Amino acid sequence: MQVELVSPEAVLFSGECSQVVTRTVDGDIAFLDHHAAFIGALDIGQTQLWASDGIVTLALNRGFVEVSNNVVTILSDAAYAADEIDVAAAQADLEAAQAAVAADADDDDAKAAVAWAETRIAVASAA
Amino acid sequence: MASGQERILRRRIRSIDATKKITRAMELIAASRIVRAQARVRAARPYSDKVTAVIANLASAGGEADHPLLREPAEVSKVAYVVIAADRGLCGGYNNNVLRATERAIAADAAEGRDYELVLSGRKALGYFRFRNFRIAAGFEGFSDQPSYADAQQVAVAATELFENGCQRVMLAYTQFHSMGNQSVAIVPFMPLDAGEFDDADGAESSSGGPEGGYEFEPEPAVILERLLPRYAEARLYSALLEASASEHAARQRAMKAATDNAEELKTNLTRVMNRARQDAITTEIMEIVGGAEALAQTAGGEVDLLSDTIEARTADLFRGR
Repeated sequence: MQVELVSPEAVLFSGECSQVVTRTVDGDIAFLDHHAAFIGALDIGQTQLWASDGIVTLALNRGFVEVSNNVVTILSDAAYAADEIDVAAAQADLEAAQAAVAADADDDDAKAAVAWAETRIAVASAA
Repeated sequence: MASGQERILRRRIRSIDATKKITRAMELIAASRIVRAQARVRAARPYSDKVTAVIANLASAGGEADHPLLREPAEVSKVAYVVIAADRGLCGGYNNNVLRATERAIAADAAEGRDYELVLSGRKALGYFRFRNFRIAAGFEGFSDQPSYADAQQVAVAATELFENGCQRVMLAYTQFHSMGNQSVAIVPFMPLDAGEFDDADGAESSSGGPEGGYEFEPEPAVILERLLPRYAEARLYSALLEASASEHAARQRAMKAATDNAEELKTNLTRVMNRARQDAITTEIMEIVGGAEALAQTAGGEVDLLSDTIEARTADLFRGR
């Protein structure tokens, strides 16, 4: 199936994939060829694309996925492959966000920042 | 003295030449930036097209909840204007056109008893409205050359805040980029979002063969729409920023080309005046020499071939001096 990963500023990936695994706000989901038409809101998390030249793992900071006619379109403000991630910056973000959560346990933005930093570190270290 | 005038002219020509080099450089830079800005406009299109298409699909699946961003106001008492201008000048009427159009729109609103709010992007917009003592709700600067999506998000947040707090309508004032030679100021409705736009996108989608069955949703359509509509607003603002930026570079290129041409013309004219002044000075000098020689000859009483005699006499003087 055809997969398009689109950010507001550019098309980041476009190609054939055999499988796509991503995470909606309700949980992980996988798409194979000829998946039923689907629209979902994505959570902060990892997305994996089984492309012809290997598995691409990306850190996604929310977004949307649409599947129709054997085309998977992923829309995201921020999507980074492992080699694009600045681990030191992510680590710094993580510490700052954790401090914010420690100060105010109800700070949803800070919690999201923790999750985003952890996802980036996980993707970068897995590669 | 004639040679004094010549010196002044020479200095002016040199300064015009220097200015011309600068305007020429700015023209070339602007020209290369237009191309890049156009490429960015194109690169941003897939995302906004896709977001629009997804919203259309959600809407047709009954997800068109009573979202505030889609609700048409019953009565409008306050209008917010998002104005996109440049950070820098030297781009002809680019800034003034969009700023004046906004000021007129605000005046027209005031005549109908509507209040205004301003969200400004670009240093020139801030300067213009601050000088005229307008109320400015939010101002942004530093990215008119090359706006990023994060910049658009900032502006969109400010606009949404106004929309949620007292403004029933948000208008977008910017310069649309149609082609290299054609840009126009437009003031278009921004919020509430135009639901008709999604119907169009839906039509385009189904003609290219939409999904046979209905969509599955995760989570339910209303929740997705809730998250998606702000994204759509951001994407629209981002494309407006990009178009405005391309227009800015086009306007600057034209202005700088005109300036370069003017400098060239001025230089030609001044060079002509300078040459005439120099010839005048030479003629005067020869006349003085001839006149002086004639006067000498008359006191000596002899017939003389004025010019050659004088020259001979002077050369002889020179040799004797050695």
